Amino acid sequence: MSESQNATLEKLAEREYQYGFVTDIESESVPPGLDEGIVRLISSKKNEPEWLLAWRLKALERFLQLAADGTEPTWAMVDYPKIDYQKIIYYSAPKQRKQLSSLDEVDPELLRTYEKLGISLAEQKRLTGVAVDAVFDSVSVATTFRAELEKQGILFCSFSEAVQQHPELVRKYLGSVVPYSDNFFATLNSAVFTDGSFAYVPKGVRCPMELSTYFRINAVGTGQFERTLIIADEGASVSYLEGCTAPKRDENQLHAAVVELVALDDATIKYSTVQNWYPGDKHGVGGIYNFVTKRGACRGKRSKISWTQVETGSAITWKYPSCILQGDDSIGEFYSVAMTTNYQQADTGTKMIHIGRNTSSTIVSKGISAGHGRQAYRGLVHVSPRAVGARNHSRCDSLLLGSTSSAHTFPYLEIENATAQVEHEATTSKIGEDQLFYCRQRGLSEEDAVSLIVNGFCKEVFRELPMEFAVEAQNLLSLSLENTVG
Amino acid sequence: MLELSNLHASAGGAKILKGIDLVVRAGEVHAVMGPNGSGKSTLANVLAGRPGVEITQGSVLFEGKDLTALSPEERARAGIFLAFQYPVEIPGVANSYFLKASLNAIRKARGLAELDAMDFLALVREKAKRVEMDEKFLQRAVNEGFSGGEKKRNEILQMAILEPKLAVLDETDSGLDIDALRVVANGVNALRSPERALLVITHYQRLLDYIVPDFVHVLSGGRIVRSGGKELALELEQKGYGWLGAAAPR
Amino acid sequence: MSALEAARDHFVASARAFAAAADPRDPAWLRSLRAEAAASFAEQGLPTTRLEEWRYTNLTPLAKTRFELPGAEPAAVDREAVEAVCFPVFACSVFVFVDGRFRPELSSPRALSGNLRVESLAELRTRAPARLAGQLGRLADPKRHPFVALGTACLDDGACLFVPRATRVEQPIHVVQIASGAAPDRVCHPRLLLVAEPGSQVTVIQDFVSLAGARGFSNAVAEVSVGQGAAVDLVLLQRENAESFHVSNLEVRIARDARFAAHTLTLGGGFVRNDLNAVLEEEGASLRLDGLTVAGGSSLVDNHTVVDHALPHGESRQRYKCVLGGRARGVFRGRVVVRPDAQKTNASQSSANILLSEGAEIDAKPQLEIWADDVKCSHGATIGRLDENALFYLRSRGIGEAAARDLLVQGFAAELLASLPSPALAEGLTELLREQMRRAGAGEAA
Repeated sequence: MSESQNATLEKLAEREYQYGFVTDIESESVPPGLDEGIVRLISSKKNEPEWLLAWRLKALERFLQLAADGTEPTWAMVDYPKIDYQKIIYYSAPKQRKQLSSLDEVDPELLRTYEKLGISLAEQKRLTGVAVDAVFDSVSVATTFRAELEKQGILFCSFSEAVQQHPELVRKYLGSVVPYSDNFFATLNSAVFTDGSFAYVPKGVRCPMELSTYFRINAVGTGQFERTLIIADEGASVSYLEGCTAPKRDENQLHAAVVELVALDDATIKYSTVQNWYPGDKHGVGGIYNFVTKRGACRGKRSKISWTQVETGSAITWKYPSCILQGDDSIGEFYSVAMTTNYQQADTGTKMIHIGRNTSSTIVSKGISAGHGRQAYRGLVHVSPRAVGARNHSRCDSLLLGSTSSAHTFPYLEIENATAQVEHEATTSKIGEDQLFYCRQRGLSEEDAVSLIVNGFCKEVFRELPMEFAVEAQNLLSLSLENTVG
Repeated sequence: MLELSNLHASAGGAKILKGIDLVVRAGEVHAVMGPNGSGKSTLANVLAGRPGVEITQGSVLFEGKDLTALSPEERARAGIFLAFQYPVEIPGVANSYFLKASLNAIRKARGLAELDAMDFLALVREKAKRVEMDEKFLQRAVNEGFSGGEKKRNEILQMAILEPKLAVLDETDSGLDIDALRVVANGVNALRSPERALLVITHYQRLLDYIVPDFVHVLSGGRIVRSGGKELALELEQKGYGWLGAAAPR
Repeated sequence: MSALEAARDHFVASARAFAAAADPRDPAWLRSLRAEAAASFAEQGLPTTRLEEWRYTNLTPLAKTRFELPGAEPAAVDREAVEAVCFPVFACSVFVFVDGRFRPELSSPRALSGNLRVESLAELRTRAPARLAGQLGRLADPKRHPFVALGTACLDDGACLFVPRATRVEQPIHVVQIASGAAPDRVCHPRLLLVAEPGSQVTVIQDFVSLAGARGFSNAVAEVSVGQGAAVDLVLLQRENAESFHVSNLEVRIARDARFAAHTLTLGGGFVRNDLNAVLEEEGASLRLDGLTVAGGSSLVDNHTVVDHALPHGESRQRYKCVLGGRARGVFRGRVVVRPDAQKTNASQSSANILLSEGAEIDAKPQLEIWADDVKCSHGATIGRLDENALFYLRSRGIGEAAARDLLVQGFAAELLASLPSPALAEGLTELLREQMRRAGAGEAA
């Protein structure tokens, strides 16, 4: 890397995280620590039915056992000091009256917070076509366009409300894709999850607008443990977006979410994430630990689940949005852009589990690593013995900017059926000198040239995002680039 | 406009240019010819400021200013355009987007207002027509999957839009069939004007049938061994470069 | 106690008995090398599938057999039997080891330049131990791998080849490791020590073959150092019987501007695990790893490679191809590491796999770990069947289905065979490949 490139890097490293402000709002928290009392307290605050409490307690028992056995996963290529799970506050919520009859009753300070984040909760101001569930620390504070959606039988609300209003659906599907015993962080989530979004699209309905959840961590010392459940019934289709931000703090905060998707016959779910949790400062202090379990079950014939993620935030990202392709002719997709700058670390990828006949999956992963960023793609393609005619194509490219960054690729291909056709390709290289020179000869600054080339590198993934998000993602990437890279 | 004196340059540790003197004035078209390895492309790259090409001695002045201190983008904004011998592919970046970013960077540097999407589109459509380039190329990624001829046309399109003061064409004719050559040459000729200078680097005389130069220079062994009018090119065509062997200082 | 733990205890006991009975003239360093290795093995034990390195390879079948070291009496093997397994195409110096021990009376060393010859480790360690000191056990670290530890703990005999500075050995050197099968359930620990001094050039074929159908276990350890500017080609040919367990560890260090190529050809064996660990220690080192596996029956063939680029301007290329029939399982785990100093590294890795039958299975894990930015690294993996169109095309021209499959597999393997250091070897192997295909394709034990 040339002198001038290094200088560009340093100059750009000065940029600050845009969403790092703190909302001053009175909130109600439980004391830090994790035991049966806390789990019971969370459950009672939410007025949960007995079966759900029992489920949480089973998860808690298992988690405490796992923690005692020291079986926190260590296989990912990330380093962080040991987390003390007894020091985390598992529940924090802005104080408000019990029932809100309309958005007008939401604390104006909260509305302002979301305005500042570019998310207007006032329906008339929203771009039509996007319904938003806003999750602030441990609870959902508002969900827009609910009534309009309900006209078509679409249920979109916070998870807590779903438990009250549609317990039969929640009970049927909760833990059916990610069981409480699935993995260390999913088990923790199952014990202490507080809120999240719930969506159900009934038979034959194509959801007329994008559903979206905006997650915000605000309180100090808390973890965020949300749970999202989306069900597309036969022939239904839905596109769902999530966005996330958090204030700048010197401490690391844990975010351990679980997302479960269920697609029945001929249903389609498109799930897009633009993850911009606070990444820590340029010395690697602070930032969110984003340890998330996301999985979709293509249960029905010809069902399709598509994950698109743009990961630019978090100090550490540990997530593998996956598809279980159970239904014959079902389709799984994973499109990912992950960017690590400063001291960020990401170990991310997907699992495509082929079980039904003639299932197919596509994986496109683009990793960009700059500064001291460290990044690993980790993906599994599993074709089980009965999965006749399975197809997979994977493409993983890594771009390195700067000599202190690193990029790693760990695909696992487990093929137990001879009719499978599986192809995996991966490349790692630095940004092309020729490309940089070409752009600069046309008058672009080095900074703009890098941003342009990187955006081009990610194009295959961006085009999978809903329009509005694609623009946001590009901006985010350019901003992150500014954050550390030339 | 451009003044090279005793220019020495090396690339990848090898000394390539060994003392070039050349003056190009506004309105002039200069052709630089020479065999492979004579330093033609290095000369083009020195002017555009390619990293890795190092000036070891001598000077390069552009409109009286020392070029060596400027970054590639500063030179581009000052009005130097290099049509690449091997135009670079940039996957995922639409050609039109690239052109607009480039044009606006240059306009901004010249104190002009940036063009909005509509005005830009009108401009690019008109220019694309002139180089007989299908509009669909504007939506495709920069040079990706373009044929050799399409890439060169794209270079000329960029030049037409950016309207440089000095355009350096590095073997723009190589790999072109006669039709493509004619289109490219028409595009170049359309840009000839009293305020603009052209430096046409080529191996073959053929291009000069279409872009008629005012001066021809023969480069060999890193030096200009002969200079003359357009008839020199014809002489080279007949005799080849072999006869230069004796004349060329080693 | 699990089978793995029981097997560990058994191997530890037999390593102790071996050490107690070892030649009293052995130098002290060798005794302590064995003792430390035995302790290291006892500590590591036989790995479970919970360890990432062994995720796809379960050692329980190996652990279930109580393998014993061969007895003191050498197995009765005659020259004819040896010649029957060494094809005439290997018209080169042949050095024969039976059950891990050197058998000069069965070997036919032809004149090699500068009186160069393969020497017996058993002989050297008593006659001239100084030549081994500092070389033997230098690269193969018992702590790194339990089977290196086990092999080192029982270090007895093996092939040593020191190629002096600037010596070019024109003809390939053929080292045959024969499992006699005279008694069942024998384990041997064939060792290879190859030191190519600067500027030298040599081709070595290490050939593992069984004479009988008896079950056996060979645990091979090889150490290869390639000096500055030297060039070494090493062919590892594995064609033991379908009852055999075969574990091999190859440690390679490549110096400045040196070139090393390994050709790992697995055309036999029931349970095969090959670990290859190559370090490009200095600038401008070059590495080629080719691997070809054809297996059927219920065989398991597991190839693990680690290519470690430590300094700039290194180049490595790996091509692994695997054809599986019957209920055979193939595993490929290749790791390319590019260290922070290894700028301008060019590394590629490919794993191509063909599954011929319903029951066959492949697990591939190609990995890139890149810590330097100015590099070009790529990997690719493909898994599929033989091209149905090509198969149909051949059959429509009157070629029988089996022959057509053979032909396509040969085509698949062709580029690897073409890269072999001797055309005669490639030719001999083509026949072997065909035989193995018949076994794999017919679903018989490979």
